[in-house]
Amino acid sequence: MPDTSKKKMIIGWFSFTCCEDSTILLTEMLNDHFDEWKALVEFRYFKALKTDNKLEGLDVAFIEGAISSPTQEAEVKKIRENAKYVIAVGACANTGLPSSSRNEFVDKDVTDKIQWYLDHFDYSEKVKKLAEVITVDEKVEGCPMSPKAFTEMLTKYLKISGAI
Amino acid sequence: MHSGNITIDNITKIEGTAGLEVVVDSGKVQSLKFLIKDYRRFYTQAVKGKPFIAAPSFLSRICGTCSVAHLFASIEAIEKSQNIQITDQTKLLRRLAYDGLMIRDHALHLYFFVLPDVLGIDSILDIGDDEADIGHILLHDSFDIKRLGSEVTDVTIGAAIHAPYPTVGGFLKNPDPAKFPPLISKLEKIREQVIRAIQTFYNWKAELIRNSDYMCLRNEGSFDFIDGMIVNSTGLKVSEEEFHSFLKSVVIPYSQAEGYVFSEVFEDYLVGSLARINFNKDQLNQRTRKDISKYLDVFPSNNIYHNNLAQAVEILHCVDDAIEILHTLKITDEKPIRKPPVAGRGVGVVEAPRGILYHMVQTDDKGIIVDYDVIVPTAQNQINIENDLKKYFDDNLEKEKETLRLEAEKIIRAYDPCMSCATNFLKLDWKVL
Repeated sequence: MPDTSKKKMIIGWFSFTCCEDSTILLTEMLNDHFDEWKALVEFRYFKALKTDNKLEGLDVAFIEGAISSPTQEAEVKKIRENAKYVIAVGACANTGLPSSSRNEFVDKDVTDKIQWYLDHFDYSEKVKKLAEVITVDEKVEGCPMSPKAFTEMLTKYLKISGAI
Repeated sequence: MHSGNITIDNITKIEGTAGLEVVVDSGKVQSLKFLIKDYRRFYTQAVKGKPFIAAPSFLSRICGTCSVAHLFASIEAIEKSQNIQITDQTKLLRRLAYDGLMIRDHALHLYFFVLPDVLGIDSILDIGDDEADIGHILLHDSFDIKRLGSEVTDVTIGAAIHAPYPTVGGFLKNPDPAKFPPLISKLEKIREQVIRAIQTFYNWKAELIRNSDYMCLRNEGSFDFIDGMIVNSTGLKVSEEEFHSFLKSVVIPYSQAEGYVFSEVFEDYLVGSLARINFNKDQLNQRTRKDISKYLDVFPSNNIYHNNLAQAVEILHCVDDAIEILHTLKITDEKPIRKPPVAGRGVGVVEAPRGILYHMVQTDDKGIIVDYDVIVPTAQNQINIENDLKKYFDDNLEKEKETLRLEAEKIIRAYDPCMSCATNFLKLDWKVL
C-alpha cells in the first residue's frame, strides 16, 4: 500500500519529433503499473491521456523526440523552466536519430517538394537532440526506451521527490 | 455561438500533434482548418541510396503504434521488387502477428483515448478505484486486452514495437511453438471482455452522419489485412499496384501532411475499420459473426462514431483468427528466402489499424533503393475529417463554444488519427487547395 502521508511526484510527459514509440511503450507499461503509479505520481501534463494539462510545478519532465523548429525549441525551454529535472527519453531525444536524418541530406536530396515544406513551416536548419537545446539531467535510452531503464529512473526520482 | 474563433492548439488523446482553427462570423462558419502539426522527417528521401535489406526496420520508425504495419508493407514491397515468393508459414506468421497488432492498437485507442468520451470524463486517470464501477471494469479489461495483443506479437515477431524478427523473405527467428497453448487459453478467456467492449461502443449513442465514400482491401477468400484487391464505394476495384494512380494528392498549405481525394471524382473518402467492416463484415471469422450478429446489423454505417464499434469488432475477429491459427500452425525451421538483388519495383499495400497503407520501392541491380514512396491512412482521412467538422459546426452553431470544442475533439478522435504517420512523405502531382 502506498504511504498516503507522502506527496505525489508531479510529472509531465512530452513528445516532439519522433514516432512516439516510448509513449506507446509507456501505455503498455500502464497495463501492469497503472494502479501503483497512480498512487505515487500526478500526471500533470500527459497530452496522450488527458485534455486538462498544466506545465507549472513539475518535479520531472520526461521528453521524447528530437527538436525540429524554433517553435519546438521555445516549448522545451518553457518545459525546462517549469521542471526541477528533465529526462530525455528514447533515441530521438538523446541522439536526434533517426528523426534528424535530414541533417545528412546534401543539396541534391533537398527536392523541390522538401524545400516547399521547409519554406512554408518553421523548420530549423538542423534537427537537434534535446541536449543541444536545454540542459538534460538524465537519459533513458533505447528505440523505444528500455522499460527496465525507465522503471529504474522513475524509482530514482520517486525517492528524490519524496514520494516513496 | 454567433461570432468568434475556436482554436485548439493541441488536440489531445490522439497520436501526434494536431490543431483546429475555426472562424465563425454572423452565425456562419467562415473558415475551418484541421492542422496536422508534426514536423516531417523525410524518411522516404532518407532511405534512398541505402540497401533494401535495411529499409523495413528503418521505416518501422515512422510510427510507434503501428510499426508492424509499416514493417510488413515495406517487406512486401521489397519482396515483390525482388520476385521473392514467401512460404505459407511466413504468410500465417505475419497474419498472426497482425492479429496481435490490431488487438493492442485498437484497444489503446478505444480505451485510453475514446473511453473517457463515452464516460463523460477527461481521462482514464480520473477513473476511480470502485471495482464495481463500469469505468473501472472497462479500464482493467483494456489492460488485459492490450497486454495479450502485445504477447501475441512478442511470441510471433519478437516485440510489439519495432519487431526484430521479420525480414525480407521470412523471419530471422521462428517462434517457439511451446508458447502457443498458453496463448490460446488467454485468447479464449479474453473474448468475454472484448464482447463487453463491443456492447459498450454499440450502446454509445454518439452520431455524426455525412455522406462518405470508403475504401479498403478486400480478399475474396477471407477477412484479410495484408492481401487483397482495393475496393471503394464508387464500385471501383483495383490491384495493389494500381493504388497510386487511384488517388490525387492535395497540398493543404496549413497542414504538414498532404491530403488525398479519389482521382476521378475528386471526392473525399474514409479508410480504416469502418470502411473494412462496411465492406467485409461477411468475411469476419465465423465465430465472431455468430457471437455478435446483433451488433453487426449496424453495418454498413455512415456514422463516423461507428468506427469505434468497428474497431471493437475487429479485436474480436483478431482474437478468433489468432486462436484458429495457433491451433493449426506447425512451425518448421525455415530460413528467410534470399536471392541475388535485381533492379525492380514493388508495391506493398496492407490495412494498417487506421486504414490502407501503401509502400512502393524501386531498387537498382545492386539492391540499392533508388525511389521510395509511402501513403498513410491519416493523410487519406484528413480531408474527410475536415469536411465532417465543417458539417458539425454548420449544424450546431447555436451551441456553447466549449461544447463545440469538446465535440470537435471527439469527432477527430473517433477517426483514431495518427499524425506521426501522416507527416513523412512526398507526393507528386499536387493539387493546391
